[in-house]
Amino acid sequence: MNPIFKSHEKDFMRIEADQVCVDYNGTVALYDASLNLKAGSICGLVGMNGAGKSTFFKALMGFVRPSRGKIRINGIKVNQAQKEQSVAYVPQNEGIDYSFPVSVWDVVMMGRYGAMNIFRIPRESDRRAVVHALERVDLLDLRERPIGSLSGGQRKRAFLARAIAQRASVLLLDEPFSGVDVPTEKLMAELFLQFRQEGHTILISTHDLNHVRDFCDFVVLINKTVLAYGETSEVFTSENLNKTFGGIPPNPLSGPTSSKDFVNE
Amino acid sequence: MSEFLISITPIDWLLDPLTHDFMRRALMVSALVGGVCGLLSCYMTLKGWALMGDAVSHAVMPGVVVAYALGLPFSLGAFVFGVGSVALIGFVKQKSRIKEDTVIGLVFTGFFALGLVLVSKIKSNIDLMQILFGSPLGISRSDVNQTLIISFIVISILLIFRKDLMLYCFDAKHARSIGINTGILHYLLLTLLSLSAVVGLQTVGIILVVAMLITPGATAYLLTDRFDQMTLLAVISSSFSSVLGVYISYWSDIETGGSIVLVQTLIFLIAFLFAPRYGIFKNQSLIKND
Repeated sequence: MNPIFKSHEKDFMRIEADQVCVDYNGTVALYDASLNLKAGSICGLVGMNGAGKSTFFKALMGFVRPSRGKIRINGIKVNQAQKEQSVAYVPQNEGIDYSFPVSVWDVVMMGRYGAMNIFRIPRESDRRAVVHALERVDLLDLRERPIGSLSGGQRKRAFLARAIAQRASVLLLDEPFSGVDVPTEKLMAELFLQFRQEGHTILISTHDLNHVRDFCDFVVLINKTVLAYGETSEVFTSENLNKTFGGIPPNPLSGPTSSKDFVNE
Repeated sequence: MSEFLISITPIDWLLDPLTHDFMRRALMVSALVGGVCGLLSCYMTLKGWALMGDAVSHAVMPGVVVAYALGLPFSLGAFVFGVGSVALIGFVKQKSRIKEDTVIGLVFTGFFALGLVLVSKIKSNIDLMQILFGSPLGISRSDVNQTLIISFIVISILLIFRKDLMLYCFDAKHARSIGINTGILHYLLLTLLSLSAVVGLQTVGIILVVAMLITPGATAYLLTDRFDQMTLLAVISSSFSSVLGVYISYWSDIETGGSIVLVQTLIFLIAFLFAPRYGIFKNQSLIKND
Protein backbone atom coordinates (compact mmCIF):
# COMPACT_ATOMS: atom_id res chain seq x y z
CA MET A 1 0.00 0.00 0.00
CA ASN A 2 1.25 3.43 -0.91
CA PRO A 3 0.27 5.84 1.79
CA ILE A 4 -0.87 9.10 0.33
CA PHE A 5 -0.64 10.96 3.56
CA LYS A 6 -0.30 14.67 3.48
CA SER A 7 2.98 14.86 5.26
CA HIS A 8 5.89 12.52 5.50
CA GLU A 9 8.03 14.85 7.54
CA LYS A 10 9.39 13.05 10.50
CA ASP A 11 8.17 15.47 13.08
CA PHE A 12 4.72 15.96 11.64
CA MET A 13 2.25 15.69 14.52
CA ARG A 14 -0.63 13.32 13.87
CA ILE A 15 -2.28 13.63 17.28
CA GLU A 16 -2.11 16.79 19.38
CA ALA A 17 -4.07 17.03 22.61
CA ASP A 18 -3.57 20.18 24.61
CA GLN A 19 -4.78 20.32 28.22
CA VAL A 20 -7.95 18.41 27.48
CA CYS A 21 -10.63 18.31 30.18
CA VAL A 22 -13.79 16.23 29.96
CA ASP A 23 -16.57 16.14 32.47
CA TYR A 24 -19.88 14.31 32.49
CA ASN A 25 -22.62 16.33 34.20
CA GLY A 26 -20.17 17.97 36.53
CA THR A 27 -18.09 14.88 37.31
CA VAL A 28 -14.54 15.26 36.08
CA ALA A 29 -13.45 12.25 34.04
CA LEU A 30 -10.23 13.70 32.68
CA TYR A 31 -8.28 16.91 33.27
CA ASP A 32 -5.27 18.59 31.72
CA ALA A 33 -4.50 15.65 29.47
CA SER A 34 -1.85 16.60 26.93
CA LEU A 35 -0.30 14.38 24.31
CA ASN A 36 1.67 14.83 21.09
CA LEU A 37 2.20 11.93 18.75
CA LYS A 38 4.17 12.28 15.56
CA ALA A 39 3.78 10.39 12.33
CA GLY A 40 5.09 6.85 12.43
CA SER A 41 4.72 6.01 16.08
CA ILE A 42 2.97 3.40 18.17
CA CYS A 43 1.70 4.52 21.53
CA GLY A 44 0.05 2.63 24.37
CA LEU A 45 -2.62 4.27 26.48
CA VAL A 46 -2.51 2.56 29.86
CA GLY A 47 -4.66 2.96 32.92
CA MET A 48 -7.15 1.24 35.17
CA ASN A 49 -10.81 0.91 34.32
CA GLY A 50 -12.49 4.20 35.14
CA ALA A 51 -9.18 6.09 34.99
CA GLY A 52 -10.33 8.14 32.02
CA LYS A 53 -8.66 5.95 29.41
CA SER A 54 -11.78 5.41 27.36
CA THR A 55 -12.85 9.02 27.94
CA PHE A 56 -9.57 10.21 26.40
CA PHE A 57 -10.16 7.79 23.54
CA LYS A 58 -13.67 9.10 23.02
CA ALA A 59 -12.41 12.67 23.06
CA LEU A 60 -9.84 11.82 20.38
CA MET A 61 -12.61 10.27 18.27
CA GLY A 62 -14.86 13.27 18.79
CA PHE A 63 -17.50 11.26 20.68
CA VAL A 64 -17.30 13.55 23.71
CA ARG A 65 -16.62 17.25 23.57
CA PRO A 66 -13.85 18.46 25.88
CA SER A 67 -15.02 21.13 28.30
CA ARG A 68 -11.60 22.72 27.97
CA GLY A 69 -8.48 22.25 25.85
CA LYS A 70 -8.21 21.34 22.21
CA ILE A 71 -7.50 18.31 20.08
CA ARG A 72 -6.02 18.26 16.59
CA ILE A 73 -5.63 15.28 14.28
CA ASN A 74 -3.18 15.88 11.43
CA GLY A 75 -3.31 19.53 12.42
CA ILE A 76 -7.06 19.91 11.90
CA LYS A 77 -10.16 19.52 14.07
CA VAL A 78 -11.32 16.01 14.89
CA ASN A 79 -14.58 16.16 12.96
CA GLN A 80 -12.76 17.53 9.90
CA ALA A 81 -10.18 14.76 10.16
CA GLN A 82 -13.00 12.20 10.31
CA LYS A 83 -14.56 13.60 7.15
CA GLU A 84 -11.18 13.15 5.46
CA GLN A 85 -11.17 9.51 6.59
CA SER A 86 -8.01 10.11 8.62
CA VAL A 87 -9.16 8.31 11.77
CA ALA A 88 -9.92 4.60 11.92
CA TYR A 89 -11.36 2.97 14.98
CA VAL A 90 -10.84 -0.72 15.68
CA PRO A 91 -13.43 -1.79 18.26
CA GLN A 92 -13.12 -4.24 21.12
CA ASN A 93 -14.34 -7.68 20.16
CA GLU A 94 -16.92 -7.41 22.93
CA GLY A 95 -18.46 -4.26 21.47
CA ILE A 96 -19.79 -5.88 18.30
CA ASP A 97 -22.96 -7.88 17.60
CA TYR A 98 -21.50 -10.94 15.88
CA SER A 99 -24.85 -12.42 14.97
CA PHE A 100 -25.41 -9.49 12.59
CA PRO A 101 -26.04 -10.77 9.07
CA VAL A 102 -22.91 -9.43 7.36
CA SER A 103 -19.99 -11.20 5.72
CA VAL A 104 -16.29 -10.48 6.27
CA TRP A 105 -16.27 -8.73 2.90
CA ASP A 106 -19.19 -6.50 3.96
CA VAL A 107 -17.42 -5.51 7.17
CA VAL A 108 -14.19 -4.54 5.42
CA MET A 109 -16.17 -2.67 2.75
CA MET A 110 -17.61 -0.52 5.55
CA GLY A 111 -14.15 1.03 5.76
CA ARG A 112 -14.75 2.47 2.29
CA TYR A 113 -18.19 4.00 2.97
CA GLY A 114 -16.77 7.39 3.89
CA ALA A 115 -15.05 7.65 0.51
CA MET A 116 -18.18 6.66 -1.45
CA ASN A 117 -21.14 8.78 -2.54
CA ILE A 118 -24.41 8.86 -0.61
CA PHE A 119 -25.68 5.54 -2.05
CA ARG A 120 -22.49 3.78 -0.91
CA ILE A 121 -22.10 1.90 -4.17
CA PRO A 122 -18.61 0.37 -4.30
CA ARG A 123 -16.44 1.28 -7.27
CA GLU A 124 -13.66 -0.85 -8.67
CA SER A 125 -11.11 1.06 -6.57
CA ASP A 126 -13.11 0.29 -3.40
CA ARG A 127 -13.19 -3.41 -4.24
CA ARG A 128 -9.43 -3.38 -4.88
CA ALA A 129 -8.84 -1.67 -1.52
CA VAL A 130 -10.91 -4.35 0.23
CA VAL A 131 -9.09 -7.22 -1.52
CA HIS A 132 -5.76 -5.64 -0.66
CA ALA A 133 -6.74 -5.14 2.99
CA LEU A 134 -8.01 -8.72 3.29
CA GLU A 135 -4.73 -9.99 1.82
CA ARG A 136 -2.73 -8.04 4.37
CA VAL A 137 -4.55 -9.67 7.28
CA ASP A 138 -4.64 -13.06 5.56
CA LEU A 139 -8.43 -13.34 5.41
CA LEU A 140 -9.08 -13.24 1.67
CA ASP A 141 -10.14 -16.91 1.61
CA LEU A 142 -12.74 -16.32 4.31
CA ARG A 143 -14.28 -13.20 2.72
CA GLU A 144 -17.67 -14.82 2.05
CA ARG A 145 -18.07 -16.15 5.60
CA PRO A 146 -20.51 -14.53 8.03
CA ILE A 147 -18.55 -12.41 10.50
CA GLY A 148 -19.98 -14.43 13.40
CA SER A 149 -18.46 -17.69 12.15
CA LEU A 150 -14.90 -16.40 12.62
CA SER A 151 -12.67 -17.05 15.62
CA GLY A 152 -11.71 -14.24 18.00
CA GLY A 153 -8.40 -13.65 16.27
CA GLN A 154 -9.95 -13.69 12.81
CA ARG A 155 -12.61 -11.21 13.92
CA LYS A 156 -9.91 -8.85 15.16
CA ARG A 157 -8.11 -9.18 11.81
CA ALA A 158 -11.33 -8.41 9.93
CA PHE A 159 -11.70 -5.11 11.80
CA LEU A 160 -8.02 -4.31 11.25
CA ALA A 161 -8.65 -4.92 7.54
CA ARG A 162 -11.50 -2.44 7.70
CA ALA A 163 -9.12 0.18 9.10
CA ILE A 164 -6.57 -0.65 6.37
CA ALA A 165 -9.24 -0.37 3.66
CA GLN A 166 -10.16 3.04 5.06
CA ARG A 167 -6.56 4.20 4.47
CA ALA A 168 -6.61 6.21 7.67
CA SER A 169 -3.39 7.76 8.95
CA VAL A 170 -4.42 7.51 12.60
CA LEU A 171 -5.52 4.17 14.05
CA LEU A 172 -7.24 3.95 17.42
CA LEU A 173 -7.34 0.43 18.80
CA ASP A 174 -9.43 -0.54 21.82
CA GLU A 175 -8.04 -3.54 23.73
CA PRO A 176 -6.66 -5.12 20.55
CA PHE A 177 -4.95 -8.01 22.32
CA SER A 178 -7.93 -9.46 24.13
CA GLY A 179 -9.14 -12.72 22.71
CA VAL A 180 -6.56 -13.05 19.92
CA ASP A 181 -4.66 -16.22 19.11
CA VAL A 182 -0.91 -16.51 18.60
CA PRO A 183 -0.92 -16.33 14.77
CA THR A 184 -3.06 -13.19 14.92
CA GLU A 185 -0.75 -11.64 17.48
CA LYS A 186 2.24 -12.29 15.22
CA LEU A 187 0.40 -10.85 12.27
CA MET A 188 -0.55 -7.78 14.29
CA ALA A 189 3.07 -7.27 15.35
CA GLU A 190 4.17 -7.32 11.70
CA LEU A 191 1.32 -5.08 10.60
CA PHE A 192 2.02 -2.50 13.29
CA LEU A 193 5.66 -2.29 12.24
CA GLN A 194 4.62 -1.84 8.60
CA PHE A 195 2.09 0.83 9.61
CA ARG A 196 4.79 2.70 11.48
CA GLN A 197 7.08 2.50 8.46
CA GLU A 198 4.32 3.89 6.27
CA GLY A 199 3.88 6.86 8.59
CA HIS A 200 0.72 5.80 10.41
CA THR A 201 0.26 6.66 14.04
CA ILE A 202 -1.27 3.97 16.22
CA LEU A 203 -2.79 4.57 19.62
CA ILE A 204 -3.58 1.44 21.61
CA SER A 205 -5.86 1.61 24.63
CA THR A 206 -5.14 -1.34 26.90
CA HIS A 207 -4.48 -2.54 30.42
CA ASP A 208 -2.22 -5.26 29.09
CA LEU A 209 1.28 -4.24 30.18
CA ASN A 210 3.18 -7.08 28.52
CA HIS A 211 1.92 -6.21 25.10
CA VAL A 212 2.58 -2.52 25.63
CA ARG A 213 6.21 -3.35 26.32
CA ASP A 214 6.44 -5.50 23.20
CA PHE A 215 4.54 -3.34 20.75
CA CYS A 216 4.71 0.31 21.75
CA ASP A 217 7.40 2.95 21.21
CA PHE A 218 5.64 5.36 23.53
CA VAL A 219 3.43 5.01 26.56
CA VAL A 220 0.88 7.31 28.12
CA LEU A 221 -0.04 6.48 31.70
CA ILE A 222 -3.49 7.73 32.66
CA ASN A 223 -5.18 8.28 35.97
CA LYS A 224 -7.69 11.11 35.54
CA THR A 225 -4.86 12.97 33.80
CA VAL A 226 -1.66 12.12 31.97
CA LEU A 227 0.66 10.92 34.76
CA ALA A 228 3.63 10.14 32.59
CA TYR A 229 4.29 10.15 28.90
CA GLY A 230 7.34 9.27 26.86
CA GLU A 231 9.36 6.43 25.42
CA THR A 232 8.29 3.08 26.78
CA SER A 233 11.66 2.21 28.32
CA GLU A 234 11.76 5.47 30.28
CA VAL A 235 8.15 5.64 31.37
CA PHE A 236 7.65 2.03 32.37
CA THR A 237 9.12 2.32 35.84
CA SER A 238 7.60 0.66 38.87
CA GLU A 239 7.16 4.09 40.46
CA ASN A 240 5.10 5.34 37.53
CA LEU A 241 3.07 2.16 37.37
CA ASN A 242 2.43 2.49 41.09
CA LYS A 243 0.95 5.92 40.53
CA THR A 244 -1.12 4.69 37.62
CA PHE A 245 -2.60 1.72 39.36
CA GLY A 246 -3.11 3.54 42.66
CA GLY A 247 -0.93 1.54 45.03
CA ILE A 248 -2.00 -1.87 43.78
CA PRO A 249 0.61 -2.17 41.07
CA PRO A 250 0.80 -5.11 38.77
CA ASN A 251 4.32 -6.49 38.74
CA PRO A 252 5.91 -4.63 35.83
CA LEU A 253 8.14 -7.58 35.00
CA SER A 254 5.68 -10.46 34.93
CA GLY A 255 2.58 -8.31 34.48
CA PRO A 256 -0.03 -10.40 36.28
CA THR A 257 -2.90 -8.22 35.06
CA SER A 258 -2.15 -9.02 31.49
CA SER A 259 -1.27 -12.67 31.88
CA LYS A 260 -4.46 -13.30 33.81
CA ASP A 261 -6.51 -11.61 31.14
CA PHE A 262 -4.71 -13.57 28.53
CA VAL A 263 -5.56 -16.87 30.16
CA ASN A 264 -9.17 -15.81 30.56
CA GLU A 265 -9.56 -15.22 26.87
CA MET B 1 -70.92 -21.49 4.85
CA SER B 2 -68.69 -24.51 5.37
CA GLU B 3 -70.45 -26.39 2.57
CA PHE B 4 -69.87 -23.41 0.36
CA LEU B 5 -66.17 -23.37 1.29
CA ILE B 6 -65.76 -27.00 0.31
CA SER B 7 -67.46 -26.54 -3.02
CA ILE B 8 -65.22 -23.73 -4.31
CA THR B 9 -62.01 -24.36 -6.24
CA PRO B 10 -58.69 -22.74 -5.25
CA ILE B 11 -58.93 -20.56 -8.35
CA ASP B 12 -62.30 -19.25 -7.22
CA TRP B 13 -60.91 -18.82 -3.74
CA LEU B 14 -58.26 -16.51 -5.18
CA LEU B 15 -60.28 -14.74 -7.84
CA ASP B 16 -63.71 -14.27 -6.33
CA PRO B 17 -62.64 -11.57 -3.83
CA LEU B 18 -61.05 -9.62 -6.68
CA THR B 19 -64.48 -8.94 -8.18
CA HIS B 20 -65.16 -6.57 -5.30
CA ASP B 21 -63.75 -3.07 -5.40
CA PHE B 22 -63.17 -2.95 -1.64
CA MET B 23 -61.26 -6.26 -1.70
CA ARG B 24 -58.96 -5.18 -4.52
CA ARG B 25 -58.19 -2.08 -2.49
CA ALA B 26 -57.71 -4.05 0.72
CA LEU B 27 -55.36 -6.54 -0.92
CA MET B 28 -53.27 -3.86 -2.58
CA VAL B 29 -52.97 -1.79 0.58
CA SER B 30 -52.19 -4.85 2.72
CA ALA B 31 -49.45 -6.04 0.37
CA LEU B 32 -47.91 -2.57 0.29
CA VAL B 33 -48.15 -1.99 4.03
CA GLY B 34 -46.76 -5.48 4.63
CA GLY B 35 -43.81 -4.69 2.40
CA VAL B 36 -43.06 -1.34 4.04
CA CYS B 37 -43.30 -2.70 7.58
CA GLY B 38 -41.38 -5.83 6.60
CA LEU B 39 -38.50 -3.78 5.22
CA LEU B 40 -38.31 -1.62 8.34
CA SER B 41 -38.66 -4.62 10.65
CA CYS B 42 -35.13 -5.75 9.65
CA TYR B 43 -33.67 -2.59 11.15
CA MET B 44 -35.91 -2.82 14.22
CA THR B 45 -34.86 -6.38 15.05
CA LEU B 46 -31.17 -5.80 14.32
CA LYS B 47 -31.07 -2.57 16.32
CA GLY B 48 -33.05 -4.13 19.19
CA TRP B 49 -35.88 -1.63 18.94
CA ALA B 50 -38.87 -3.94 19.38
CA LEU B 51 -39.99 -2.13 22.53
CA MET B 52 -39.50 1.20 20.80
CA GLY B 53 -41.74 -0.04 17.98
CA ASP B 54 -44.38 -1.03 20.49
CA ALA B 55 -44.14 2.36 22.18
CA VAL B 56 -44.36 4.48 19.06
CA SER B 57 -47.23 2.50 17.59
CA HIS B 58 -49.30 2.94 20.76
CA ALA B 59 -48.32 6.56 21.25
CA VAL B 60 -49.80 7.62 17.89
CA MET B 61 -53.32 6.95 19.21
CA PRO B 62 -54.14 10.45 20.53
CA GLY B 63 -52.71 11.92 17.32
CA VAL B 64 -55.13 9.89 15.23
CA VAL B 65 -58.08 10.99 17.36
CA VAL B 66 -57.13 14.68 17.34
CA ALA B 67 -56.52 14.64 13.59
CA TYR B 68 -59.92 13.05 12.94
CA ALA B 69 -61.59 15.59 15.18
CA LEU B 70 -59.91 18.51 13.42
CA GLY B 71 -60.52 17.06 9.97
CA LEU B 72 -56.80 16.71 9.23
CA PRO B 73 -55.19 13.69 7.59
CA PHE B 74 -54.89 11.24 10.47
CA SER B 75 -51.35 10.30 9.40
CA LEU B 76 -50.27 13.84 10.25
CA GLY B 77 -51.59 13.60 13.80
CA ALA B 78 -50.13 10.14 14.24
CA PHE B 79 -46.76 11.29 12.99
CA VAL B 80 -46.62 14.27 15.33
CA PHE B 81 -47.46 12.13 18.35
CA GLY B 82 -45.16 9.30 17.27
CA VAL B 83 -42.14 11.57 17.02
CA GLY B 84 -43.31 13.49 20.09
CA SER B 85 -43.38 10.34 22.19
CA VAL B 86 -39.84 9.48 21.12
CA ALA B 87 -38.62 12.97 22.00
CA LEU B 88 -40.36 12.73 25.36
CA ILE B 89 -38.81 9.32 26.06
CA GLY B 90 -35.37 10.77 25.32
CA PHE B 91 -36.04 13.82 27.50
CA VAL B 92 -37.31 11.90 30.54
CA LYS B 93 -34.47 9.42 30.28
CA GLN B 94 -31.88 12.18 30.15
CA LYS B 95 -33.35 14.24 32.97
CA SER B 96 -34.09 11.49 35.46
CA ARG B 97 -32.48 8.39 36.92
CA ILE B 98 -35.17 6.08 35.52
CA LYS B 99 -34.01 3.31 33.20
CA GLU B 100 -34.92 3.48 29.54
CA ASP B 101 -37.32 0.52 29.31
CA THR B 102 -39.30 1.90 32.22
CA VAL B 103 -39.47 5.32 30.58
CA ILE B 104 -40.62 3.76 27.31
CA GLY B 105 -43.37 1.78 29.04
CA LEU B 106 -44.43 4.80 31.03
CA VAL B 107 -44.63 7.21 28.10
CA PHE B 108 -46.42 4.96 25.65
CA THR B 109 -49.11 3.81 28.06
CA GLY B 110 -49.65 7.43 29.06
CA PHE B 111 -50.14 8.47 25.44
CA PHE B 112 -52.35 5.48 24.75
CA ALA B 113 -54.53 6.28 27.76
CA LEU B 114 -54.82 9.88 26.56
CA GLY B 115 -55.99 8.54 23.20
CA LEU B 116 -58.68 6.39 24.84
CA VAL B 117 -59.91 9.31 26.92
CA LEU B 118 -60.01 11.59 23.87
CA VAL B 119 -62.01 9.06 21.86
CA SER B 120 -64.65 8.84 24.55
CA LYS B 121 -64.81 12.61 25.03
CA ILE B 122 -64.60 14.03 21.53
CA LYS B 123 -67.94 13.78 19.80
CA SER B 124 -67.25 12.47 16.35
CA ASN B 125 -67.79 9.44 14.21
CA ILE B 126 -64.42 7.91 15.10
CA ASP B 127 -64.76 4.20 15.38
CA LEU B 128 -62.55 3.12 18.26
CA MET B 129 -62.52 -0.45 17.04
CA GLN B 130 -61.23 0.66 13.67
CA ILE B 131 -58.25 2.43 15.25
CA LEU B 132 -57.49 -0.36 17.67
CA PHE B 133 -57.89 -3.28 15.28
CA GLY B 134 -57.59 -1.80 11.81
CA SER B 135 -59.96 -2.40 8.95
CA PRO B 136 -58.33 -2.89 5.58
CA LEU B 137 -61.65 -4.10 4.15
CA GLY B 138 -63.26 -0.76 4.92
CA ILE B 139 -60.40 1.49 3.88
CA SER B 140 -61.47 4.68 2.13
CA ARG B 141 -60.06 6.12 -1.07
CA SER B 142 -58.39 9.05 0.72
CA ASP B 143 -56.80 6.66 3.19
CA VAL B 144 -55.44 4.67 0.27
CA ASN B 145 -53.83 7.82 -1.11
CA GLN B 146 -52.24 8.64 2.23
CA THR B 147 -50.92 5.12 2.51
CA LEU B 148 -49.43 5.29 -0.99
CA ILE B 149 -47.65 8.56 -0.28
CA ILE B 150 -46.26 7.51 3.10
CA SER B 151 -45.18 4.12 1.77
CA PHE B 152 -43.38 5.79 -1.11
CA ILE B 153 -41.53 8.11 1.31
CA VAL B 154 -40.53 5.31 3.68
CA ILE B 155 -39.36 2.96 0.94
CA SER B 156 -37.37 5.69 -0.82
CA ILE B 157 -35.57 6.76 2.34
CA LEU B 158 -34.87 3.16 3.34
CA LEU B 159 -33.42 2.41 -0.09
CA ILE B 160 -31.28 5.54 -0.22
CA PHE B 161 -29.90 5.18 3.31
CA ARG B 162 -29.91 1.37 3.30
CA LYS B 163 -26.16 1.00 3.83
CA ASP B 164 -25.83 3.88 6.29
CA LEU B 165 -28.67 2.59 8.45
CA MET B 166 -27.27 -0.93 8.30
CA LEU B 167 -23.87 0.38 9.40
CA TYR B 168 -25.55 2.43 12.13
CA CYS B 169 -27.24 -0.71 13.48
CA PHE B 170 -24.07 -2.79 13.22
CA ASP B 171 -21.34 -0.43 14.43
CA ALA B 172 -22.43 3.11 15.22
CA LYS B 173 -18.98 4.03 16.51
CA HIS B 174 -17.36 3.26 13.19
CA ALA B 175 -20.09 5.21 11.42
CA ARG B 176 -19.27 8.22 13.57
CA SER B 177 -15.54 7.84 13.17
CA ILE B 178 -15.79 8.07 9.38
CA GLY B 179 -17.77 11.29 9.62
CA ILE B 180 -21.34 9.97 9.26
CA ASN B 181 -23.83 11.92 11.38
CA THR B 182 -25.31 9.13 13.49
CA GLY B 183 -27.59 11.54 15.35
CA ILE B 184 -29.43 12.23 12.11
CA LEU B 185 -29.60 8.50 11.33
CA HIS B 186 -31.04 7.83 14.79
CA TYR B 187 -33.88 10.29 14.30
CA LEU B 188 -34.34 9.26 10.69
CA LEU B 189 -34.93 5.68 11.81
CA LEU B 190 -37.36 6.85 14.51
CA THR B 191 -39.23 8.96 11.95
CA LEU B 192 -39.49 5.98 9.62
CA LEU B 193 -40.77 3.96 12.55
CA SER B 194 -43.53 6.50 13.22
CA LEU B 195 -44.49 6.61 9.55
CA SER B 196 -44.56 2.82 9.28
CA ALA B 197 -46.66 2.55 12.42
CA VAL B 198 -49.10 4.95 10.77
CA VAL B 199 -49.50 2.84 7.64
CA GLY B 200 -49.40 -0.39 9.62
CA LEU B 201 -52.28 0.56 11.86
CA GLN B 202 -54.54 0.78 8.79
CA THR B 203 -54.38 -2.94 8.23
CA VAL B 204 -53.86 -4.48 11.65
CA GLY B 205 -54.65 -1.63 14.05
CA ILE B 206 -52.67 0.03 16.80
CA ILE B 207 -52.55 -2.95 19.12
CA LEU B 208 -51.03 -5.37 16.65
CA VAL B 209 -48.95 -3.05 14.48
CA VAL B 210 -45.81 -3.85 16.46
CA ALA B 211 -46.04 -7.39 15.09
CA MET B 212 -45.76 -5.99 11.57
CA LEU B 213 -42.64 -4.11 12.71
CA ILE B 214 -40.75 -7.04 14.22
CA THR B 215 -42.07 -10.47 13.17
CA PRO B 216 -41.00 -10.41 9.49
CA GLY B 217 -37.51 -9.23 10.45
CA ALA B 218 -37.20 -11.91 13.12
CA THR B 219 -38.33 -14.60 10.66
CA ALA B 220 -35.87 -13.49 7.99
CA TYR B 221 -33.08 -13.23 10.55
CA LEU B 222 -33.42 -16.96 11.23
CA LEU B 223 -33.11 -17.79 7.54
CA THR B 224 -30.02 -15.98 6.33
CA ASP B 225 -26.63 -14.48 7.16
CA ARG B 226 -26.87 -11.82 4.45
CA PHE B 227 -28.39 -8.43 5.11
CA ASP B 228 -29.75 -7.98 1.57
CA GLN B 229 -31.34 -11.43 1.62
CA MET B 230 -32.78 -10.69 5.04
CA THR B 231 -34.55 -7.55 3.81
CA LEU B 232 -35.86 -9.39 0.76
CA LEU B 233 -37.15 -12.34 2.79
CA ALA B 234 -38.76 -10.02 5.34
CA VAL B 235 -40.58 -8.05 2.64
CA ILE B 236 -41.78 -11.21 0.88
CA SER B 237 -42.96 -12.97 4.04
CA SER B 238 -44.63 -9.82 5.34
CA SER B 239 -46.49 -9.02 2.11
CA PHE B 240 -47.45 -12.65 1.65
CA SER B 241 -48.88 -12.97 5.16
CA SER B 242 -50.78 -9.70 4.79
CA VAL B 243 -52.42 -10.82 1.54
CA LEU B 244 -53.11 -14.34 2.80
CA GLY B 245 -54.49 -12.91 6.04
CA VAL B 246 -56.95 -10.71 4.13
CA TYR B 247 -58.09 -13.68 2.01
CA ILE B 248 -58.62 -15.86 5.07
CA SER B 249 -60.45 -13.03 6.78
CA TYR B 250 -62.72 -12.61 3.74
CA TRP B 251 -63.64 -16.27 3.38
CA SER B 252 -64.01 -17.19 7.03
CA ASP B 253 -65.34 -13.85 8.26
CA ILE B 254 -62.72 -13.39 10.97
CA GLU B 255 -61.04 -10.24 12.21
CA THR B 256 -58.55 -9.11 9.54
CA GLY B 257 -55.74 -7.73 11.72
CA GLY B 258 -55.67 -10.84 13.84
CA SER B 259 -55.73 -13.01 10.76
CA ILE B 260 -52.72 -11.21 9.19
CA VAL B 261 -50.61 -11.29 12.34
CA LEU B 262 -51.50 -14.93 13.01
CA VAL B 263 -50.28 -15.94 9.54
CA GLN B 264 -47.08 -13.98 10.19
CA THR B 265 -46.59 -15.72 13.52
CA LEU B 266 -47.13 -19.14 11.92
CA ILE B 267 -44.48 -18.37 9.30
CA PHE B 268 -42.14 -17.34 12.10
CA LEU B 269 -42.86 -20.62 13.92
CA ILE B 270 -42.02 -22.62 10.81
CA ALA B 271 -38.71 -20.74 10.50
CA PHE B 272 -38.07 -21.15 14.20
CA LEU B 273 -38.48 -24.91 13.91
CA PHE B 274 -37.08 -25.68 10.48
CA ALA B 275 -34.67 -22.88 9.45
CA PRO B 276 -31.75 -24.69 7.79
CA ARG B 277 -29.06 -23.18 9.98
CA TYR B 278 -30.75 -21.57 12.96
CA GLY B 279 -33.95 -23.60 13.45
CA ILE B 280 -34.60 -26.00 16.33
CA PHE B 281 -34.40 -28.93 13.91
CA LYS B 282 -31.46 -27.52 11.99
CA ASN B 283 -29.69 -29.39 9.29
CA GLN B 284 -26.67 -30.82 11.10
CA SER B 285 -24.71 -31.49 7.91
CA LEU B 286 -24.94 -27.79 7.05
CA ILE B 287 -23.36 -26.86 10.36
CA LYS B 288 -20.58 -29.41 10.07
CA ASN B 289 -19.63 -28.35 6.57
CA ASP B 290 -19.06 -24.85 7.76
